[in-house]
Amino acid sequence: MSESTATRAAAATPPRVARKIRGLSDRAIAWLFVGPTIFLLLAINIFPLIWTVRLSFTNFKANRNRPIEWIGTRNYERILTDSDIWLNMQATAHFLFWTIFFQVLIGFTLAYLINKKFKGNDLWTTIIVLPMMLSPAVVGNFWKFLYQPQIGLFNYVVGFFTGKDPSSFEMLGSVDLAPWSIVIVDTWMWTPFVMLICLAGLRSIPDYIYEAAEIDRASKLRQFFTITIPMVLPFLMLAVLFRGIENFKMFDLVVQLTGGGPGSTTELTSINLKREAFEKWRTGYASAYAIILFVTVFGLASIYVKALNKVKER
Amino acid sequence: MKSLKLASASAISFAAATFAGASQAEDLTLCWAAWDPANALVELSKEFEAESGHKMSFEFVPWPNFADRMLNELNSGGQLCDLLIGDSQWIGGGAENGHYVKLNDFFEAEGIEMSDFADATVYAYSTWPKGTPNYYALPAMGDANGWFYRKDWFERDDIKAAFKEATGRELAEPETQKELLEVAQFFQGREIDGQTVYGAAIFTERGSEGITMGVTGALYPWGFKYENTPGSYDMEGAVNSPEAVEALEFYKEFYETATPPGYTNSYMGESLDAFKSGQVAMAMNWFAFFPGLYADPNTGGDKIDFFVNPPQNQPGSTLGGQGISVVSYSDKQDAALEYIKWFAQPEVQQKWWDLGGYSAHNAVLESPTFKDSAPFAGDFLEAMANVQDFWQEPAYAELLLAMQKRMHDYVVADQGTAQEALDLLIEDWTEVFEDEGKL
Repeated sequence: MSESTATRAAAATPPRVARKIRGLSDRAIAWLFVGPTIFLLLAINIFPLIWTVRLSFTNFKANRNRPIEWIGTRNYERILTDSDIWLNMQATAHFLFWTIFFQVLIGFTLAYLINKKFKGNDLWTTIIVLPMMLSPAVVGNFWKFLYQPQIGLFNYVVGFFTGKDPSSFEMLGSVDLAPWSIVIVDTWMWTPFVMLICLAGLRSIPDYIYEAAEIDRASKLRQFFTITIPMVLPFLMLAVLFRGIENFKMFDLVVQLTGGGPGSTTELTSINLKREAFEKWRTGYASAYAIILFVTVFGLASIYVKALNKVKER
Repeated sequence: MKSLKLASASAISFAAATFAGASQAEDLTLCWAAWDPANALVELSKEFEAESGHKMSFEFVPWPNFADRMLNELNSGGQLCDLLIGDSQWIGGGAENGHYVKLNDFFEAEGIEMSDFADATVYAYSTWPKGTPNYYALPAMGDANGWFYRKDWFERDDIKAAFKEATGRELAEPETQKELLEVAQFFQGREIDGQTVYGAAIFTERGSEGITMGVTGALYPWGFKYENTPGSYDMEGAVNSPEAVEALEFYKEFYETATPPGYTNSYMGESLDAFKSGQVAMAMNWFAFFPGLYADPNTGGDKIDFFVNPPQNQPGSTLGGQGISVVSYSDKQDAALEYIKWFAQPEVQQKWWDLGGYSAHNAVLESPTFKDSAPFAGDFLEAMANVQDFWQEPAYAELLLAMQKRMHDYVVADQGTAQEALDLLIEDWTEVFEDEGKL
């Protein structure tokens, strides 16, 4: 009846190994199973993290044959007082805020509409989710052509509706428009993801809650704000978390579209970090940079997850 | 008996020497950028394969990824490349970090004289520290930034008349930078055969080296210097001299008034596309592309001509080109050196030029027939006589990326002034040299 873990594990293994397992305690068996995973985790996550922290206090350059010098917190001081890096942070914050804002707004609206039963519902769902199935590199190249001032469809459509000459404005070449051009592309690509999460949330609301509200003569608007929004909120917050983390490390799409330009207008922190680490080979400096970004994301995500749990508990 | 012993010893020595001399057939890999001259080198190398018995493989990487890919390979001590035709700016890092084999002893043993190659190419592609007789590469591909234009448009009477009316002078190849801008502005937005065309395609690329290579095409003719005294790293007053400021303002004006719309992140490929599609009257690009452009059935032949980067205060062209080095991590160094020995021969160098490569060998360049051997040959010689190169320091990548940022911020993103851009560049470069312990 109360067979030990060791006995059950032994029964499921070949006789020679089984004899060895029978001699082990439950705790030892548990370690045997969990050990490889913990080892891998230590080897490929924890050790590099500790190593990066160590390097961040040095002037190490991975492409140079010279002794590593311990320089204390100099890398951190340099990064935190570098106005160019704060501009990269601002560009990242702009990108993060507006992509999440538009994706939540449009994604939720689409989910709300798709959730209504109508003919061709499934077909529309499939069409809407197509962009997120494409590779970011493909999407970047594709939109680069759409934004082309002379032959691009985007400029032509804007020109058609506004009466402007399509070649009179450059989405990717203008300092004012380029930050918005990357927001538009990311929103186009990832709104379907937010829509799917919202749709799952909407479909999880039992019909009887709306029926009870109908009986109580609650208006549609009231039902929306007192039933739909509160019950979908945990799902929405989860979508914001996923998109926030993803967009904080956004690289490929923006590199394809603007390469970080014009100037450094769309040089997000991840692009800047890659340049420091693998083009300039300032390994120590880039390690400090990576640690600062890691602490920022980890800190913000932890606070956010606590808030998310509180919303779920309500 | 004694003579028999001697004969036997001689025979054994001869046999041993013969076996030692005949090196084993190897599979050599040569790494370079993926562009027209690389195809010419594949063709040329077939002779080496036939002569030596070695087999040649090639690893060609597109230009935008070339530096990233190859420097990563070298930094990781990779054995992908036995021979590398690396950019001139890599020579400092290649030498100091031990990536390249020093070739002095080999050159001496094989009788390869550096004086047989054009001085500018030896200085730029082979030596480290600069100008010292320490050689880490053989000049392989001479190159500089030049210009080409639509000769058929320049020769049309209606266009010539319109230009004369607009400027008061004849439409011809520009002889100064300011004339270059004037011609480009004349063509900007002009209707030719029912199509709107633009002035010129220049380099504005942000990610790798594009805008730096373009901007220096204006800076050098204005008299730009990296240091007041070579080797002293004293940049104040040199990098941000009034002439440098004027040249940078000129390049920005060129970008704003004489380039096609959307030309914000463009380098070699975009320049070629703009010209071949009939979008621009003129374009800047490396001489390496000129044979292909001349052979183009639509815009080549009679429709195209070439000119050297025009002077302003002095002649000056941006150096391109590369030397060929033996990678120190290769375990086939003997065979790789054999390739270099073969490649250094004057007759091979002549074939190299004939196939579309740019030889730097004096036997080719000083031949009386060279100037007339291609429509751009004379311009190439003129350009190579006045080339300047970017920093070739081991920290060149940091120096280059700093310049990319400052130039793109000012020229394309319209942030700050030329003076501020150059002042900030000095700050960036000073920080790099301080980190390097050179300041």
